[in-house]
Amino acid sequence: MESVGSIIIYLIIALSIIVFSVLTVTTRKILRAATYLLFTLFATAALYFKLDYEFLGSVQIAVYAGGIVVLFVFSILLTTKPGDNSEKLASRSRALGLVGAVAMAGVAAWALCSRCADLFTALPSMQNPTMHQIGTAMLGTGYGQYLLPFEAISVLLLACIIGGIVVARKR
Amino acid sequence: MEFTPVYYLIPSLVMFCCGVYGFLTRRNMIAMLISIELMLNAVDINFVVFNRYLFPGSMEGMMFTLFAIGIAAAETALAIAIIINLYRVAKNIDVHDITQMKF
Repeated sequence: MESVGSIIIYLIIALSIIVFSVLTVTTRKILRAATYLLFTLFATAALYFKLDYEFLGSVQIAVYAGGIVVLFVFSILLTTKPGDNSEKLASRSRALGLVGAVAMAGVAAWALCSRCADLFTALPSMQNPTMHQIGTAMLGTGYGQYLLPFEAISVLLLACIIGGIVVARKR
Repeated sequence: MEFTPVYYLIPSLVMFCCGVYGFLTRRNMIAMLISIELMLNAVDINFVVFNRYLFPGSMEGMMFTLFAIGIAAAETALAIAIIINLYRVAKNIDVHDITQMKF
């Protein structure tokens, strides 16, 4: 049995995820879309906090809300004139997109509700992963430890920095 | 009432389908990129929820989400570099107007 506060927090998180993600793809001002994306990402971080992953929630806020959205806002300001609205959608492409998205949602929701009976379990208790555990798991080479992906992603980020400079510089 | 995984998977499903809708209908490249971010984020939620409910003792889903966030950041930075370069050449980032790279 969940407490009332927990239910209220869950409702706020779920409603803001749904409402803001719908607004992100339906608003016609691109800068507003980026702002609604920011709210969606904050709601996701709150979801991580609610599921007891504090480190993951902070990473979500720092990298997504702090880094990626700022990149989006900068590039929007660089590539659009202020006061520009995106054109009204042709009804054909909108219908196509709606059919695709709703069909996918229907199939996935049906599969979720009919095939996943063993998923209807209560929240198991868990020790929150401490920073020490996370650091050990990230820099170890044993079972369930992730040194190789860690190094690979550091090389990927270096390549991405160099590639970004090379692609975007003035010739 | 008890929270089962489905309570968390439904908002994530809605978020993913919003991403699909935006990707199919938007014509501005940055708006398409925002839709991709929505889809990636929905998948991250799924990883975390399954980790928390099915394997609460281990951290596999959490680590996957951490690496997915890093890769999403790299992908966004590079895509925005390409878009800015394209804007400099074509003065426009509408996917229907940029036909020089077709075929």
